[in-house]
Amino acid sequence: MISLKSVSHSYATGKTIGFKDWTIGHGEQWLLLGDSGSGKTTLLHILTGILKPTQGEVKINDTSIYGLSPKALDQFRGRNIGIIFQRPHLIKSLSIAENLSLAPQFAKLPVNEARIEEVLSSLGIAEKRNAYPNELSQGQLQRVSIARAVINKPELLIADEPTSSLDDKNAHAVLELLLKQSGINQATLVIATHDKRVKDAFKNTYQLS
Amino acid sequence: MSPLKISWKSLWSKPLSAALNIMLIAFGTGILTILLLASTQISDKLENNAKDIDVVVGAKGSPLQLILSSIYYIDFPTGNIPLKEAMELAHNPLVKRAAPLALGDNYNGVRIVGTDSNFVRIYGLKVAAGKFWQKDFETTIGSAVAKAEKLKIGDHFYGAHGLTGSTDVHKSHQYTVNGILEPQGNVTDNLILTNVGSVWKMHEEHDHHHEETEQPKELTSLLIQYRSPMSVAMFPRMVNETTNMQAAAPAQESTRLFSLIGVGVDTLQWFAVLIMLIAAISVFVNLYNSLKERSYDLAIMRILGASKTKLFVIVIAEGIMLTVVGTLLGVLLGHLVLQIIGSYQESGQAKLSGLVFMNKELYLFVAGLMIGIFAAIIPAVQAYRSNISKILSKN
Repeated sequence: MISLKSVSHSYATGKTIGFKDWTIGHGEQWLLLGDSGSGKTTLLHILTGILKPTQGEVKINDTSIYGLSPKALDQFRGRNIGIIFQRPHLIKSLSIAENLSLAPQFAKLPVNEARIEEVLSSLGIAEKRNAYPNELSQGQLQRVSIARAVINKPELLIADEPTSSLDDKNAHAVLELLLKQSGINQATLVIATHDKRVKDAFKNTYQLS
Repeated sequence: MSPLKISWKSLWSKPLSAALNIMLIAFGTGILTILLLASTQISDKLENNAKDIDVVVGAKGSPLQLILSSIYYIDFPTGNIPLKEAMELAHNPLVKRAAPLALGDNYNGVRIVGTDSNFVRIYGLKVAAGKFWQKDFETTIGSAVAKAEKLKIGDHFYGAHGLTGSTDVHKSHQYTVNGILEPQGNVTDNLILTNVGSVWKMHEEHDHHHEETEQPKELTSLLIQYRSPMSVAMFPRMVNETTNMQAAAPAQESTRLFSLIGVGVDTLQWFAVLIMLIAAISVFVNLYNSLKERSYDLAIMRILGASKTKLFVIVIAEGIMLTVVGTLLGVLLGHLVLQIIGSYQESGQAKLSGLVFMNKELYLFVAGLMIGIFAAIIPAVQAYRSNISKILSKN
């Protein structure tokens, strides 16, 4: 269970955004809606544990994440939160399998080759494990970044505008994969987007004003 | 996939700039290695050859030239000194031992030295085969001469007039090889030793063809060991002031010679340090620029759970890897080049070897490490302090 309580954030410019409280049950799938500039990215960063809010508390599975030491928070994030960005952002100097093995490595979990294999095949890109990022298409790369996000079986899966740079067909496919993967890995899913094509697939929405 | 492996792979994702940095470091270190090895080896050799000789007495002229010709056998002698006066000095109470030298002939560029048993004692020579020269025209040859000229005991050869060149051969007498010296690691490995009389006879005959006068007997120089430290102050002054000869101390002259070479060594050293400095800046610029491109990569690593310290380690490891690999290559390159130079050197007197390793080279590694840290510290601190939320929201 994830909860957001009386969180607000002040920017360096002096502007303050308050976020309404939010409680997400285990395994639920949510859509975070809001226009650009409404604080969507800020809220995602607060949820992810990389931006400490000026006020309020964020709890993931009874852990108040900003009560952790910076190092413990890094490790907590690595183990419990998987993030998918608008663009895949893989590390170019490493092969696909190596990119995926970074996730357990940095989270200080054992690297499980079978798990890498399993995730890659469930995303239909098993044959690319030894390829390098520049040999893959955008769609394939986005799959790899989904694989990287779910490989540690995180509690929370966050996707930031995962579909906005894709065409209809690919956007649909990625959405399908996200829903499917969050189901397979029993992860809570939060998708931040302003992409209208995504809306219909969700019943839970959190609207930023 | 340890942090070190990530650093390594990241370096090799840009092979050209990695290679450029490694090359710069390697050149700098290579030059320093060569200078270190060569100057140590040369000064060791210079000292080793002059080790047991306190002073050289010869004809007036340049003291350095006297030392070069009578200790290192590389320049022409300053002239001759009369035998009678030389013998008076040799029996001076300040002198413990004096070895006469009569130079003037060579065999294929190897100097033939007329001397006596005092020479053997001064250098502590031993024969590996055969025996020392006794009669006229008997010779004992250095180990390197035996090898290079393929001379064996019982072989005969003719000396040629002068210190080099074999145009004016003394056909009237032939030398015999009677003994071969054990390798000494000094200049005697490259000499042919005989008695003084042989050198005189060779030239009497030679001179008789031209002019019919009997000349007084002469020597080239005297190698002298002092009886006591007190002689150091008195003997050279006595020779220089009361005789028509000069006394020169090998230690002093080699120091002077080496300080002349030292200017060049210093210049090269600064040149090498400059190259290293440029290398450090190049590594810094390379890391700094790549950090800008990779800030997103590093942010992703943080998202995946890497701590700030880990990013610091990854970036600093890249700098250290570049410089340590460069240093390693540079040291190897230095040894290789020195060995190649050594193998092309003809004279064995100051032959350089690349197969000798010195403790001082460890300092080069320390220097390489320091340069790596120095060049990478700013980018590493930046990686450590980077605000990932800001980087990610820029997208």
